[in-house]
Amino acid sequence: MSTHVAENGGNGSEVVKLTKKDFVSDQEVRWCPGCGDYAILAQVQKVMPELGLKRENIVFVSGIGCSSRFPYYMNTYGFHSIHGRAPAIATGIKTANPELSVWVITGDGDALSIGGNHLIHAIRRNLDINIILFNNRIYGLTKGQYSPTSEFGKKTKSTPFGVIDYPLNPLSVALAAEATFVARSVDTHVAHLQMVVERAMRHKGVSFVEVYQNCNIFNDGAFDMFTDRAVKDDKMIQIEHGKPLVYGKEHNRGIRLHDMHLEAVELGNGISESDLIVHNEKSPDSYLAYMFARMEYPDYPVPIGVFRDVEKRTYESLLEEQIQGAVAKMGAGSLEKLINSGDTWVID
Amino acid sequence: MESTTILNNVEDRHIEELDTVTIRFAGDSGDGMQLTGTQFTNTSAVIGNDISTLPDFPAEIRAPAGSLPGVSGFQLNFSSQDIRTPGDQPNVLVAMNPAALKVNLADLEGGGILIVNTDAFNEGNLKKAGYESNPLDDGNLLQNYRVFKIPISTANRAALREEVNIPMKEIDRCKNFWALGLMYWLYDRPMAPTLTWIETRFKKTPEVGKANSTALRAGFAYAEAAEIFTTHYRVKRAVIAPGKYRKITGNEATALGCVAASQLAGKPLYYASYPITPASDILHELAARRNFGVKTFQAEDEIAAVCAAIGASFAGSLGVTGTSGPGLALKAEAIGLAVMTELPLVVIDVQRGGPSTGLPTKTEQADLLQAMFGRNGECPVAIVAPATPGDCFHMAIEAFRIATRHMIPVIYLSDGYLANGAEPWRLPDIDALPDFKVKNKTESNGIFHPYERNPDTLARPWALPGTPELEHRIGGIEKQDTTGNVSYDPENHMHMVLTRAEKVALIADDIPDVEIFGESSGRVLVVGWGSTYGSITSAVEEVQNRGMSVSSVHLRYLNPLPKSFGDILGRFDRILVPELNLGQLAMLMRARFLVPAISFPKVKGKPFKISELVAKIEEVYQD
Ligand code: SF4
Repeated sequence: MSTHVAENGGNGSEVVKLTKKDFVSDQEVRWCPGCGDYAILAQVQKVMPELGLKRENIVFVSGIGCSSRFPYYMNTYGFHSIHGRAPAIATGIKTANPELSVWVITGDGDALSIGGNHLIHAIRRNLDINIILFNNRIYGLTKGQYSPTSEFGKKTKSTPFGVIDYPLNPLSVALAAEATFVARSVDTHVAHLQMVVERAMRHKGVSFVEVYQNCNIFNDGAFDMFTDRAVKDDKMIQIEHGKPLVYGKEHNRGIRLHDMHLEAVELGNGISESDLIVHNEKSPDSYLAYMFARMEYPDYPVPIGVFRDVEKRTYESLLEEQIQGAVAKMGAGSLEKLINSGDTWVID
Repeated sequence: MESTTILNNVEDRHIEELDTVTIRFAGDSGDGMQLTGTQFTNTSAVIGNDISTLPDFPAEIRAPAGSLPGVSGFQLNFSSQDIRTPGDQPNVLVAMNPAALKVNLADLEGGGILIVNTDAFNEGNLKKAGYESNPLDDGNLLQNYRVFKIPISTANRAALREEVNIPMKEIDRCKNFWALGLMYWLYDRPMAPTLTWIETRFKKTPEVGKANSTALRAGFAYAEAAEIFTTHYRVKRAVIAPGKYRKITGNEATALGCVAASQLAGKPLYYASYPITPASDILHELAARRNFGVKTFQAEDEIAAVCAAIGASFAGSLGVTGTSGPGLALKAEAIGLAVMTELPLVVIDVQRGGPSTGLPTKTEQADLLQAMFGRNGECPVAIVAPATPGDCFHMAIEAFRIATRHMIPVIYLSDGYLANGAEPWRLPDIDALPDFKVKNKTESNGIFHPYERNPDTLARPWALPGTPELEHRIGGIEKQDTTGNVSYDPENHMHMVLTRAEKVALIADDIPDVEIFGESSGRVLVVGWGSTYGSITSAVEEVQNRGMSVSSVHLRYLNPLPKSFGDILGRFDRILVPELNLGQLAMLMRARFLVPAISFPKVKGKPFKISELVAKIEEVYQD
């Protein structure tokens, strides 16, 4: 949703200051204790008041899966729909009433497997909606089958001999579908997650956010090798607009472009910050974002942050413009006239 | 009118009056037969004939030229009487090539008029049509029909070559207008409506427009001058109810009904659809109605279309999706979601021959059971079915009225025959249309319960996002009644399943009761639904005129059924149910009312002929 809404709370009314509590619904949360979903829920509830939106102007839409229970826990309007279809339902909601702040909560199976088609098409239309994909690389609600983001070779209940299909990279999919805002964060990185959610919200156009989410029951520690506090500084990199890609506990490592490839390097020995690649999230083409999205563990530090943030007309604003244009040109529709159009004749 | 002046010059030519004529234009799909038929229809309608049409075209856009699968036909029936069908059997066949002759000749009535374009009967085309010798040389043909062999292509070229400056290929494409001109003379139609149409249509390419109008006039003049026709025919204006009329197809009327419903409900229309034959024209019509605030959404697939419509309904629009049978199958799960979330939704199914891809351009009524039961769980929806092209307007409005008043999905079963068929449509009095202004819930009395029910209809409140204090969550998981909280309680589930069924049953209080055509009791009752109305009613009328005790009931509301329908069944000795499927309504009637309904099925991609229904009624009557 756009920033102008943040100023007036939507529907043209004045600013209201709500607190996190206002966004907590009366429903009992039913995720497994320790699930990463709790952290994400808490951060979203916390960010909502910052955005200055009124509760009644917010709609959370989800599909099926553990994460898709999310709307029940938000004290806003909510629609828990069917598997994979949340982007399509959200499209209907947003285009029917562009004033609403519409959020899609989805998972790796919901968004990238059964709902892959809806995801890419909702993204390419650039509706002003916010899609948060909880990626836990497993099917949780159906008790532990591999998902389209599970690693090659992974043993799960449905792949006792190991996964033999290659995983999808959610950010690559979003970028290929021409997403105008693409970001990634981690369930446990509270401040970073808040920042990303808030920026997604403020972006006018489709926002796609991947959140690494731990499923402590069926895929515990899936991201620990790089998200764990002890290693994260050396195994992850926070990308920021206009800044060179530096990481490491001692800020002593970086990423440079070498031979059309990204390369992780140690600073020093003739390599300085000025040799490193500088992030530009506003770049009109998405090559840079795509290259960063392809940085995967263990070959690279795993990037988090905003990969892309560009402006493009939204679907719903173009639709409204067509309607206004048609009314201006043809006049507001008259049923009487429409029924009487074409060749008519009178029988007396 | 133009034709009148010309006619005055040829008073020596004999004019014969006819009540009803059925013409079939047939040619290659590239020959423009649909356009020719449509123009003849429009002109006939404008001069006051009653009309009914049956376009019949291949699923392929351009099957190989001259081939049998590439034949495209357009049948129209025009009359000075009140007619309801496109006619059982053509009296006139215009065949533009050998393939068209081969495919259609068997349908032509004995002694009927056959007009052929001899230029197309060359060796190559004859071979493609599978003729070993030229059928035009066959003595039997000349004996059985009144054959007019006309070199249409040559005559058309001769007329146009000096007049217009366009390539020969373009000139040849005008030959359908030449043939149309000839038919206008033969059936005493004015050329003016078509000339006006050509002028508007070819505004940007006036030379092509001139070519077409020249061809039309040349065909007319040829028929008049060549004296190959000793007689020409006149079909007087029909005596039909006074009023203002226009010609309308089912798809046009459906789209108009959607726009009207939006105005009557005071809610914006949101039409989400994925292109599919034969429903796409509804999308095209509505996409042009932006000035009515109509939002159309061409979705990425059938599922997205229904889901977007559901989302739009949740947000306060009149959500509607349109499709055909294969698409309805894909939408099943989402329709279940709309049943569960109790949102208003209209699903238009323009049925076609199935299963699977089936016969995309042909008609069938075989989705009734899919509409009734084609979803997981106990998942009832309301079902309505228009009876004629014009009735599509009224039943589309009904679909939205029921959907919004009862907070329920409504499936609207049109079919290929209604969708593309046309009839004169008496323009409705807008003030007489049902007024069903929708009032959304806007106030909470402290706490809002999304499943608090209206005692009369059991409908839940329609509270829209954007309304303060009414924030609530809905979804596909079973909900506790009243509060709408997620509930796995066994008693609650049983209660909710029964409530959803009861909601549908209660709609019976809100729809018109059945009308019986004929006596209210007797020997045979013919029961039909949907597009078979015209042929059934005409057949029943015919046997009634012979003094037989036969009545009919035509259902436009299929779920729930009108209240007294069951009682009526008991007042007849025999119940005959003709359907363009293998007996789906008959099966429902047998199950529900324990009556020995006799099914009369037809699944040939074509509507019933009046004569085949008359024969069946007679058989059942004697039994
Ligand atoms: S199964 Fe996994 S993802 Fe689902 S609630 Fe439990 S911990 Fe969370």
